[in-house]
Amino acid sequence: MEGTASIVERCQALFEDLDLASVAAWKAAVPGRKAVGYLPIYVPRELIHAAGMLPVGLLGGGDQLEVIQGDAYYQSYICRIPRSTLEMGLTGRLDSLDGVLFPSICDVIRNLSGMWQMMFAGKYVRYFDVPQNYEDAVGGAYYVNELRTLRDDLAALAGRPVTDDDLRASIAAYNENRRAVADLYAYRAARPWQAPTAEVYLLLRAAMVLPVDEHTRLVRDYLAATDAVKRPMRDNARVVLNGTFCEQPPLALIKSIEMSGCYIVDDDFMLVTRWLTRDVPLDGDPLENLAREFLHHSVSTSAKYEPKREDKGRFMLEQIRERRAEGVVFACPSFCDPALLERPMLQDVLAANGVPFTAFKYAENTGQMAPIREQSGTFADSIKLWSAA
Amino acid sequence: MSIAHVPMPESRRKPVVQKEDAMLLQKELINRNYAELAAARPQGRKVCATFVPGNLNELVMCFDFARSLPETNALQNAMRKRTGKMVQDAERDGQSEDVCTYVKADLGMMLGGDTGPTGEALPKPDLLLLSYTGCFTFMKWFELVRQKYGGESVMLHVPYQGEGHVNRNMRDYVVKQLRETVIPAMERISGVKFDIDRLRQYMRESAKAEEHLVRVLQSARNRPSPIDGYFGAVYYIGPIFTAFRGTPEATQYYEVLEREIAERVREGRGPITPDGELADEKYRLVVEGPPNWTHFRDFWKMFYDEGAVVVASTYSKVGGVYDFGFRHDPDHPLESLAEYCLGCYTNLNLPSRVDMICKYMDEYQADGLLINSIKSCNSFSAGQLLILREVERRTGKPAAFIETDLVDPRYFSPANVKNRLESYFQMIKQKRAAAAAPH
Repeated sequence: MEGTASIVERCQALFEDLDLASVAAWKAAVPGRKAVGYLPIYVPRELIHAAGMLPVGLLGGGDQLEVIQGDAYYQSYICRIPRSTLEMGLTGRLDSLDGVLFPSICDVIRNLSGMWQMMFAGKYVRYFDVPQNYEDAVGGAYYVNELRTLRDDLAALAGRPVTDDDLRASIAAYNENRRAVADLYAYRAARPWQAPTAEVYLLLRAAMVLPVDEHTRLVRDYLAATDAVKRPMRDNARVVLNGTFCEQPPLALIKSIEMSGCYIVDDDFMLVTRWLTRDVPLDGDPLENLAREFLHHSVSTSAKYEPKREDKGRFMLEQIRERRAEGVVFACPSFCDPALLERPMLQDVLAANGVPFTAFKYAENTGQMAPIREQSGTFADSIKLWSAA
Repeated sequence: MSIAHVPMPESRRKPVVQKEDAMLLQKELINRNYAELAAARPQGRKVCATFVPGNLNELVMCFDFARSLPETNALQNAMRKRTGKMVQDAERDGQSEDVCTYVKADLGMMLGGDTGPTGEALPKPDLLLLSYTGCFTFMKWFELVRQKYGGESVMLHVPYQGEGHVNRNMRDYVVKQLRETVIPAMERISGVKFDIDRLRQYMRESAKAEEHLVRVLQSARNRPSPIDGYFGAVYYIGPIFTAFRGTPEATQYYEVLEREIAERVREGRGPITPDGELADEKYRLVVEGPPNWTHFRDFWKMFYDEGAVVVASTYSKVGGVYDFGFRHDPDHPLESLAEYCLGCYTNLNLPSRVDMICKYMDEYQADGLLINSIKSCNSFSAGQLLILREVERRTGKPAAFIETDLVDPRYFSPANVKNRLESYFQMIKQKRAAAAAPH
């Protein structure tokens, strides 16, 4: 059995692979293979997989990429992920992708889809809209048709039809993966000292580039390996991290939060890995099944409309209860409208429920960790010293 | 012999601002709506707030709602120099300095007691009709208002034209939402039963007004242009983009406006500016992006002082793109409302926006493109630097880029904007001279 260190090392190498060499290698292994990228926050990866292609999550260039060309396309008040994504495209780092999906998350990513159409003509590009109406007959019907169009597009790109059975097999593979990720999250919440978030994060990042079955095995191997070797438990504050669903914080920032005395017991990293909160049924129409789960059994996040005022923040309160969290750290990317506009509403709900919170902003290339470490450290101390518990 | 300069106190009298008759009528209409909003509660009327792009004014009127448009409230407050404090109040209340200032001006106004731009009280909306068209922030905006002040929100999700066209699935989805979600909620909240013939009647009026508006905006194809298609157009679009589309008053306003403009064309006259008629049209521009509202007149003056006229703008299409043929269709009312929402400018993808601007550059014989990039508005702003490059490449005409904000006075730097504009006008002049020089 692989040890934790070697698994984490492998994930770290994939995380640092800004040229997507692993994707190119996967494609080269079998002639004719194709890969389709997607940006945050959610795409039904099952459809890409069912077409025999590799879904590849794009999360910007992080703090290791020098952005030169990408900056020429954006004003100073636009967040960083689109500029580093463009930089990667313009410098050939995304050449192994045969297409890119731009999900409905915000106006910046939405507009990036049009920029991609103009700048990378010849590649498959699709803005993937999802319903904000959660009635089966209304939003559901619309979404099923969108899924059908996407399936047809991907089939054309793959050069072969995507059958319902293909889709069912892919749904089964992703159900398995979602179960593994859910187990990982439950494990970390139960024993956060055994599964530090910096490692959990790298495991999730690996899901962005690895074939799904391989990633599922990796998560299972990690769980077994980390449980086998006891690590020291600290008297840290248990926190939920919120706001990190699109532009990523530097890995050093995650480590800084942990080093300052916080155990992150839930977060919104790479929500695509656990967007659907339960298994998608395998019998019946696969597209309708995916649509129903999207409408009725998916996570709550800023990019989704909350129809009722009383439900705002309920998902977060449930996370806090289930993970036995003692506070919330809001870490939002600068200029991120979804995260920053959602934050005051969630803070109101937390205040009304007596849950302490703290907030700061970051960019994917933030270099100064000392202020963040001090802030989250003070927050952890305040929880430990003065919380009613 | 020199004459000693004796400093004199400055006149306190406001300079006389010139306006067209239609501008005065427009102001009257907008003020009347604020009076109606102030009177709504005493009269037992329900109030609906909704956004400009994709607004369903004809439908909202079917339920006798008084109508409030938060972007209009914010811009009207900005023109009266009130939004600086509102924005900062909202920031003190927890809003980030990074996010949309329309939202913060609205929240700040509510924090300050909800007094509207005309000084009259604005009632709390009973219905927040969330026409989610072309702007992600709209969704958060009404969630924030609902969170703080209550009221019921109803979502109308308008899919984005990611592929550059409207397809049947998108249209059917919007129609279904209208039929199964929006209209039943409006009936319930207002207590008024939906009457589709009433809707048709309003839509007939809308189509008439739209015809007039298109002819007004297209009058800028003349040389000289009789209108300013950006600063002046802001006044022209006021009634049709807000609470008056579908009313006989709006139709009448656009009839008067079209007559006025036709007269100006016949007489070969230029546009009316706050300092009088622009007699010498030197530069013809297309402008992309919303205007700055906090220094609207100063901003406009930087153009007309140099003889620059905006002949077409994308902002004047934000509440409906009518110049490519769309009209509200009373024979297919719900489908037509769906088409209207789907077709608003900010719901178009970037390649479509570039096509539209290039078309304007050609049809309006523009000398160049100016992009006013707004810090607050990612829907407009993200991608504008590519739009600039692409339009320059396709038309061979110079483009320029300035940065301001909607309603936050901290982001309007007059000296910088003026410098940029002056350099840009010089560039156009040089290009023109180079083109005219013998080869």
